[in-house]
Amino acid sequence: MAAEVTAATVDAARWPKTWVAPRTRGRWKELRWRASAQLVLGELLEKQWMEPAIPLAVLIAVTASFVIAVPGMGEFDNVISTLRELSEFALVVIGMGIVVISGGIDLSVGSMFALNNYVALLLGLIVGLPMWLTTLLVLGLGCLMGACNGVLVAYLKAKPFLATMVALLVYRGITNLLDEHFSMSIATKGTIQDPFWTWLGTGSVLGVPTAIVFLIVVVLVGHVMLSRSRLGWHITAVGASRKAARHAGIDVERVLLSSYVFSGLLTAMAAMLYASRVNSLSPYTALGMEFTALTAAVLGGISLAGGNGTVPRALIGAATITILSKGLLLMNVGGEIYTLIQAMILLLVVGVDIKWAKNRAKAIQKIYINPTYLHFEPAPSIAPNDNSPFAINDRLSNSMPIGLGVVEGPEDVLLDAQGRLYTGDRRGWIWRFSGENFDRAEIFAKIGGMPLGMQWDKNGNLIICIGGMGLYGVDPLGRVTKLTDETNRTWYRLKDDSRLRLADDLDIAPDGKIYFSEASVRFEAHDWIEDGLEGRRNGRLICYDPATKTTRTVLKRLVFPNGVAVSHDGNSVLIGQTWLCRILRYWIAGPKKGEVEVFVENLPGYVDNINRASDGNYWVALVGIRSPVFDLAYAHPRFRRRMMKRIPRDEWLYPSMNYGCIIKITEKGEVLESYWDPTGNAHATVTSMREHDGFLYIGGLNNNRVGRIKLAGGGRP
Amino acid sequence: MFIAEVLTSPQGPIKILRTGRSVQSLRGGLGLRVGAEKSQSNGLAAARQAPSDSLLSNTDVSREVRESRRGAAEVRRRGFFRLSQEQVVLIVVAGLVVLFGAMLPGFLTLGNLLTLVRNVSVLGVLSLAMGLVVIARGIDLSLIATMGVSTALTLQALSEPGASVMLAVAIGLSVCLAMGLLNGFVIAFVEIPALFTTLATGLAVFGLARTFFLSGGNLIVDVPERGAFVRTMGLGHILGLPVPVLIFAAVCIATHFVLTRTALGRFIYAHGDNPEAASLTGIPIRPLTMIEYTVCALLGYLAGLVLAGTLNAMDTQVIMTSPLIYNVLTVVVLGGISLVGGRGGVQSVVAGTLLIGVMLNGMTLLNMDVFVQQIIQGLILLAALVLDKRLNPRDEETVKQGD
Repeated sequence: MAAEVTAATVDAARWPKTWVAPRTRGRWKELRWRASAQLVLGELLEKQWMEPAIPLAVLIAVTASFVIAVPGMGEFDNVISTLRELSEFALVVIGMGIVVISGGIDLSVGSMFALNNYVALLLGLIVGLPMWLTTLLVLGLGCLMGACNGVLVAYLKAKPFLATMVALLVYRGITNLLDEHFSMSIATKGTIQDPFWTWLGTGSVLGVPTAIVFLIVVVLVGHVMLSRSRLGWHITAVGASRKAARHAGIDVERVLLSSYVFSGLLTAMAAMLYASRVNSLSPYTALGMEFTALTAAVLGGISLAGGNGTVPRALIGAATITILSKGLLLMNVGGEIYTLIQAMILLLVVGVDIKWAKNRAKAIQKIYINPTYLHFEPAPSIAPNDNSPFAINDRLSNSMPIGLGVVEGPEDVLLDAQGRLYTGDRRGWIWRFSGENFDRAEIFAKIGGMPLGMQWDKNGNLIICIGGMGLYGVDPLGRVTKLTDETNRTWYRLKDDSRLRLADDLDIAPDGKIYFSEASVRFEAHDWIEDGLEGRRNGRLICYDPATKTTRTVLKRLVFPNGVAVSHDGNSVLIGQTWLCRILRYWIAGPKKGEVEVFVENLPGYVDNINRASDGNYWVALVGIRSPVFDLAYAHPRFRRRMMKRIPRDEWLYPSMNYGCIIKITEKGEVLESYWDPTGNAHATVTSMREHDGFLYIGGLNNNRVGRIKLAGGGRP
Repeated sequence: MFIAEVLTSPQGPIKILRTGRSVQSLRGGLGLRVGAEKSQSNGLAAARQAPSDSLLSNTDVSREVRESRRGAAEVRRRGFFRLSQEQVVLIVVAGLVVLFGAMLPGFLTLGNLLTLVRNVSVLGVLSLAMGLVVIARGIDLSLIATMGVSTALTLQALSEPGASVMLAVAIGLSVCLAMGLLNGFVIAFVEIPALFTTLATGLAVFGLARTFFLSGGNLIVDVPERGAFVRTMGLGHILGLPVPVLIFAAVCIATHFVLTRTALGRFIYAHGDNPEAASLTGIPIRPLTMIEYTVCALLGYLAGLVLAGTLNAMDTQVIMTSPLIYNVLTVVVLGGISLVGGRGGVQSVVAGTLLIGVMLNGMTLLNMDVFVQQIIQGLILLAALVLDKRLNPRDEETVKQGD
């Protein structure tokens, strides 16, 4: 909090003696608007990890509520039996999940489960095969049934939903048929006595039940397969976009077939675990399991649209459904209610999934910009002929144009020892103008991004802030090097602010450290004006130390810090805050080192770059002029929010950037004079100025030229 | 009103679309082309390409329409040699009848044929209901559940002393209304694919009724004394004809009239042909969807009453265990109401119903095991699905899950 000025830290004695009244009103309102649930929500929804986080939260909530509400739910025996059931069910859900991720669906898992179970026990009891062989055979049978589904869907192009639904009928019919023929002869047989079978059903590995070990292995292998292996990537790709997958050279049919085979194999594994645990021959095993598995997969966050899902998500969904069914069973709730609940869960989750996938971007866009409260005192007069230092004049109107029509958007200008002029260009270039009237134009460097503030370092390298990229250096030969594009991340912020989004202006302290501002961490460089609608403390002052090549954030939570200038004595840094129309002074050396104070506030316009003048004063560019309407809008965040929700973007009320001016401020913060172009023809917006050899050079973000005017007296700063 | 006029006029775009379609469906090359010339005219070729190209310039569209018109004319000229899917099915039916007649003594008796027709009447009415939504590119897997629950509740209300027949029927109707509107709402407004929606709502309504409404959780509800009209619907005769057959015929005629002679029918075809285009022309697709599913559910109720009358009870277990829904889907798909929507009609349902009816009857007379029958029915439906895909191909790279 030390970063931002509070009423307490600013000593009244240090306020500059100007026309400015100190900002006291609206302090509480500002604090109230600073915290915002919408802000958190908007940044939260952008997060990739939100998708599995919600199902996980549901799982935890369901588990907790059942453990509390249902007696016996949390007992050790019950937990173990729940885990055994979970491992069987989860295998089926993972199989279903893989098919759904590949863009299909497998409704035959319930029947396959029943048939596998029946065949296994049949082979064990009637044929008398050793159970390890039986298990292998049944796993093969599962693959075969999965392959049948796969061939139907992938090669014969039947619709997955209906085709596997019919497969459900056929496999169930076969099970019933087997039951008709063998139920009598089985009734006379005993039970299967086989060490492998006992181990599979009730045994354990190092104290952990076998079924759970199987589940862990399958989850690990399945996760690695799906997220790291070529086949897994192909499955996801086919599910996400079959056309794109085909164009990428993927054998779509084979991938689809393999996903159904996986489903069959995992279902057979689950059936083996079930058969060995329960040893029950019934054609009605796993009736309706396909529906439960589908609900679980969807509940875990596997999108029915395909291409979006993981094995852990299937596990989460399976666990939720298992705990739900177990809990309802312990509560003596009938099976029909359970079906009803499942159906409602399925509809709800699929509905949310579909609506969310469709409207996510729109929803985030609607709530992302989040206005806050700012209070403004009435602006000082700028009326011409008024006795104010801000009185409008025409001192910029007759400037000499440099690079007229050649440059586009020269945000900052800089001159070297030979009097050559350097300026950025919105196309990502650095121009150099030389010659007597600066008529020789050449592209000095092509960096890309949005070149903004510039400064020379001690070795004659051009250091430059690039919006959207970071801090860059250009040596005298025009070779570009990246100095930094990231800083330390704020641990408590949802939005990742380690990457530099909008490095704006810089200056270099006597010890060689580069101080530069980042205007906003919440908006990309090209959306900078939207930060103005928000008016939040989204920016920061960052220091790059070339000696150690380290970057660290010096001041956090500043409202749009823009211009940066080191004071004449080298002890402090001046920081222009655009939307607040004020300048801060941050002490980097001397007795007040580390303190922040207001240097000047309530300026009539939005502050941009700041530079030292040759006479010990400072030049400040005002990029736009305040209007009473927008000042009022700043005091009404609800109004601005409603505006952004109701009317189209280009009809929003923005801060005025139509024309600006240059002012000169003393070391004490008193305003001496101003320079205007009331026509707006030559210098509509003024974002920077640079004094050199008795001339003042003017740049502007939206201008088509750099201007030059002669100053009365003056030299090089 | 412009839309209604365009769509209902004989030269309207739907007409053109549908003739263009018939051209396309004829090229399936699965024995449907009887004595057709090998050479294809340009018009036919253009019409064949037409449905696959959705992004055509304006001039392309007009040329396409012109050429498909020309193609349609040629089809009409040569129509004598070509058979529609329904006609092929009818030929198969005739073949089966001859085959079973030769093989199975007692098949070709009047009594058996009447039983056959009466038994398939329920299937026919259900298939008409399903056909309606499938034409509109939907599907209703909750049809059997709606049928079972609404009929069972009606019968239960009838057995309560003091409840009038009107009230009992009103209860059944309101269940259907609620189901249809719910299905339509979720599909049209929440935009959950019809397959998932109706799968879930079917299970939900069954669970709901079994838990809260069907007294004592009894699975089989008998037709009570006062349910005479239900028995009449199932077992009665008028002019020597079984009532179920008459009901099936009446529903056929009414559905045919609605589908071919009214704006609603045109809208349903337009909806199935291309929902986005139909929506853009101004057809209120979402309310229309709700109407479709409601009509489907109401027809299901009618079928349920007939079924209960025939068996003198409604066994709610049919919802979960009987392969009735598969038979309904087989009738619809085999008959020629393709799952891609906008195709087929009442004649398809009639042909499909006869085919399945003859097959079921024959299999029963053959004394075939019920589970073997089930497996065979499943395999036939699988073949029908694959066949449908061949006859009415779609760009499966752009289909969404549950389409």
